[in-house]
Formats: sequence, structure tokens, C-alpha cells
Amino acid sequence: MIELRALTKSFGAVQAVRDVTLTAVNGRITGLLGPNGAGKSTSLRLLYGVLRPDAGVALVDGIDVALEPDRARARLGVLPHNAGIYPHLTARENVRYFGRLLGLGGAALERRIDELSELLDMREIAERRAKGFSQGQRLKVALARALVHAPPNLVLDEPTGGLDVLATRSLREVILRLRDAGHAVLFSSHVMQEVAALCDEIVILGAGRVVAAGTPAALSAGAGGAALEDAFVAALERGAAR
Amino acid sequence: MRALLIVFWKELRENARDRRTVLSALLLGPVGTPLLFALMMNITLERSRVHADTPLALAVAGGEYAPNVVAFLSRSGVAVTAFSGDAAAAARVVRRHEQRLVLVIPADLPARLRAARPASVGLYTDTADTSSGPDRSRIEGLLRAYAERVAAWRLEARGLAPTLVSPLVVDEIDVASAAGRSAALLGILSYFIVFATLMGGLYVAIDATAGERERGSLEPLLTLPVARRALVFGKMLAAAAWMAVSLVLTVTAFAFSLRYIRFDLIGMTANFGARVALAIVAVMLPFVVFGAALMTLVASFTRSYREAQSWLTAVLLVPTVPIMFAALNQLAGRAGLMWVPSLSQHLLINGLLKAEPLAPSMVALSAGGTLAAGALLALAAARCYGREQILG
Repeated sequence: MIELRALTKSFGAVQAVRDVTLTAVNGRITGLLGPNGAGKSTSLRLLYGVLRPDAGVALVDGIDVALEPDRARARLGVLPHNAGIYPHLTARENVRYFGRLLGLGGAALERRIDELSELLDMREIAERRAKGFSQGQRLKVALARALVHAPPNLVLDEPTGGLDVLATRSLREVILRLRDAGHAVLFSSHVMQEVAALCDEIVILGAGRVVAAGTPAALSAGAGGAALEDAFVAALERGAAR
Repeated sequence: MRALLIVFWKELRENARDRRTVLSALLLGPVGTPLLFALMMNITLERSRVHADTPLALAVAGGEYAPNVVAFLSRSGVAVTAFSGDAAAAARVVRRHEQRLVLVIPADLPARLRAARPASVGLYTDTADTSSGPDRSRIEGLLRAYAERVAAWRLEARGLAPTLVSPLVVDEIDVASAAGRSAALLGILSYFIVFATLMGGLYVAIDATAGERERGSLEPLLTLPVARRALVFGKMLAAAAWMAVSLVLTVTAFAFSLRYIRFDLIGMTANFGARVALAIVAVMLPFVVFGAALMTLVASFTRSYREAQSWLTAVLLVPTVPIMFAALNQLAGRAGLMWVPSLSQHLLINGLLKAEPLAPSMVALSAGGTLAAGALLALAAARCYGREQILG
């Protein structure tokens, strides 16, 4: 389970994130929805600890990221925005590098990589050097890398950016399978349809603040039964007016 | 420590597959610098041979007025050719580089010599043409020798000892050993070794820092439960390992290639056997640590691969500053200079090439100063990686 409590972060005079609170529970997909610059990536970076909050706490399975970063991170799989892989290493070597840094090794690690190749349908590229991989192939490797230690919690920052329809669909299937396996999945996007199709819970961010949260159905109902897209726009307008 | 080694091995292996790293570490330094050096040495050697062996050519106008002078010059190995023309014609041909040196003897010379009055001869030359310098000095020396001989005859004819007008005789005694004489030429070799060593780690340092950030693989790496210090030091160690490989190959290549340079032609020897080669590698090892830390730190501050590349190219020139300073001021190895990285290695290597014994205190000072500076830079790089801004 992932919990953000009243996270606040400024860069100089710019307040990127204000008082962001949200919870992503196990076995559900939580979507972080918002336009570009709403503070999605900053919120997630505060969660996985590459940024330090000015105020508030981020908890992973109850572990405070600021106090015990290594213990919290061990329970977290992260796919940052535009995550790159090493072009001179094969797909397997890319995943193996992270596995070893996470303390895995030997036959168990190789078995885990085989498992992930199966899950992500990347067997035929596993032994190829990553130079020249397509965007979709690179994403699979980066996702396998994030999952190598079988983390109970998964953070995906705009994973579908730059993917074609087929690749997006297969990624969606993978995310659903991970949810069904009991992972807590926190997933950010600026594409409303994508979030609507995939998420059990939606948190809408506008100008660094949470402007609405709830299940897709509850959000539509809150906007007077409007389509989710209208609910999204209405929530952003209410947030801007505040 | 485990994480540090994992990072180290990964950077080592990954870079072994990178053409840029392999070319700069295994080819440019170890093959390029000895070739360049051999070329420079051979040009220098050829030049000094040319000056010693080829007969000196001199065009003489008005030679008929001073047959004794012409005969003296010919006896001294000067190939005298007759030149018909006046002073203006002489100036013209020299300016046009048709002749390098023209000696103009005036018609009144015999009369003046007989009357024991000073006689002037004109030596036309173009000092802008630096290659004519040694020839000019030789001619001037010969003419002075002739004049001294005439002066001595005149004194003797008047019953005076010629030694009366030579109160002081300067004897030049050259104590430079053959190895020492070549060291002046070989001095540049230490810079080549420093350059090749830095080159070996250049692309590893860029790739592991600015390259990793530009590729977007840094952020995933920083989300792992691994101390950032372990990441930085692992990367630094990988750069150092590549630098060490480049260093060993370069020194080995020098040890072989210097055998084919004919130092003996100018009475020199190159003191560069297996033991000296080993000693040079040992003296350079602390500099490898220093250089890896320096390049990693500089590359960590840059925003992109290209920016890192231009900054590190500038870093390649930094070690030349103290070396140039030492060369211009003819600095010898002193304790006060031995703590300066790159300068101390240069002085120690030069000492080795001159076959001087290595003073253990100097070696210790050099290693200590260089390692201390390297440790400071490494800590600064680790701090740099601890900052939020490292993601750019």
C-alpha cells in the first residue's frame, strides 16, 4: 500500500505540489490524472525518494520513505517517466544489473528474469543488445527491471507515452495482471481515456493540488452524471477557482 | 561494497562494448601518442643530422678581392659559389630565397687589409627564415676565426704575443650525460603519457554520468535501495580501471617504439627499459585515481553528453599547465612542487628518463598529494550525486 500525506514541495518560488494526499491500496489500480505540469511526476518523485518533500510524508507499506529510504524502496518497483535502458547491454543484462543491485543473484535471479520475459512477452529480445530497440521493447525491459524484485507496490509514471496502440494494449494487460496478483499499482497519465479504461480509483491533480478523487463512477456522479471527461474538466475548473 | 562492485563491473563491461571508449582507451592513447612522438623525434633528429652533415653553401660576390678568405672558407667545408652582382642584387636574391646566404666582399678590401685598417664585408641573410639560423652562425664563426688569425699575424709581425689580446679564454665543458641530453627532448613524453591516461577514462566518465542522465537510466538507478556513494565510486573505479589499462598499454608502446628511434645519431640514449617502464606506471597510478575523480566530478555537473565532452576536453589540457610552467622555468624536482598532481608525475618521469635515482620521499610526496586531491574530488562528486538537482 502506498500513502501520500499532505506532501508539499517547492522549487524556488514555484510551488510544484501542495498538500497532496492519496492512497493506493493493494489489488487496485490507482490513476493519477492531471494535465501537463499539474505535479504528477513531482508527487511520484517525492514518493520514490529522489526528491525530498518540504512537508508531509510518503509511506510504502507503512514505512516512511524519508526515514528508511532503503527499506521503503525495496518494497517499491518504479518506472520513471521516459526511463532509459543501457544500449550496450542485452535486455537480460539490463534486468540482471538491477536485480543484482537489489541483492538478488544466481539461478534464482535468472529464473525470475525468465518469468518476467514470459509475463511481458519479451523472450525473443531477451538476449539482444538494447541498441535499436523500439519504444515498446525498451518499455518492456524497463518494466521488467522495475519488477525484478517482485515488489508489492508499483509506480508507473506516464508509461504509455510514445507507445503505439498494440504496445499500449499489451501494457494494459500486464498492469491488470499485476493488480490481480495483489500489487498496489499507482499509475500517472494525462490521458483521460486511458485512466478511465484501467483504473479502479482516480485522483485528479490540478496546479499541484488534489482537486477530486474517487472511483470513476463516483466522479461521474459528483459531476451530475456527466461523462468522465466532463467530470475531469469540471474538477480542474473548480480547482482553479479555489 | 557489493553494490559498488556491481556498478564497477557493469560499467567496465558495458564500456568494453562501446566503440568510442575502446578507440580512445586502446587505440588513440597507446598507438596514437607513440606514433606522434616518434614522428616528432624523427623530424628533430633528421634536422640536427642535416645541419651536421651537409656542406654549407655560400654565394660570394667579389671573391677575387679576397682569395685568402675564400680559400679559408673552402678548407673549412663551405661550398663556395661565385655570385656576380652588387649589394642590391645580393639583397634581392636573399629576399626571394634564391640564395640563403650571400657574402659581399668590397673592392677596397685588399687595400684596407694591407693598410691594417678595418675592412667590412656584408653577409646577406633573412632572419625571418629560421632554418638558416645555424648556417648563419657557422659562417659568422668562420669569418671571426679568420679575422682572429689575421690579427694574430699582425701582432706577431710587430713583435707582440697574440695571447696579449686574449686575457680570458672560455672553455665549455658539457657535463650532460647522454641520457640527460635526450631528456630535454623526451620531456614532452610525460605529457603524452598523462594525456593518454586521461583519454582512457574520458568516455567512461562521460557515459557513466552525463550519458546516463541523458539516456534516462539515472533516475531508475536512483530509485534503488543503494547508497549513492556506492554508485559514484563504482563509476569512478571503472573509469580508473580503463585509465590504468590505457596507461599500461601506452607505456609499453613507448618502451617498444623508442627502440626504433635513432637516438645514437645525435649521441643520446633513451633510458626506457622494462624497469623504467614499470616505475613510470607505478608513479602514474595515483594520478589515475586523481584523474578518474576529476573527470567524474566535472562530468557530473554538465547537463548533456555534448556539454560533458567539451568540458572534459578542456580537462585534458589542464595537466599541461603545470608541465608547461615547469618546462619554461626549468624546474627541477623539489619537495615544494611534489604535491601538485601532474607536475609531480612529470618531474618524476623526467627524472627516470634521465636515469636519476628515484628519491623515495619525493615519490611518497607525489603519491600522497595526488591521492589526497583525488579523494577530495571523489567526495565532492559523491556530494554532487546526493543533491536533488542531479536529475537535471
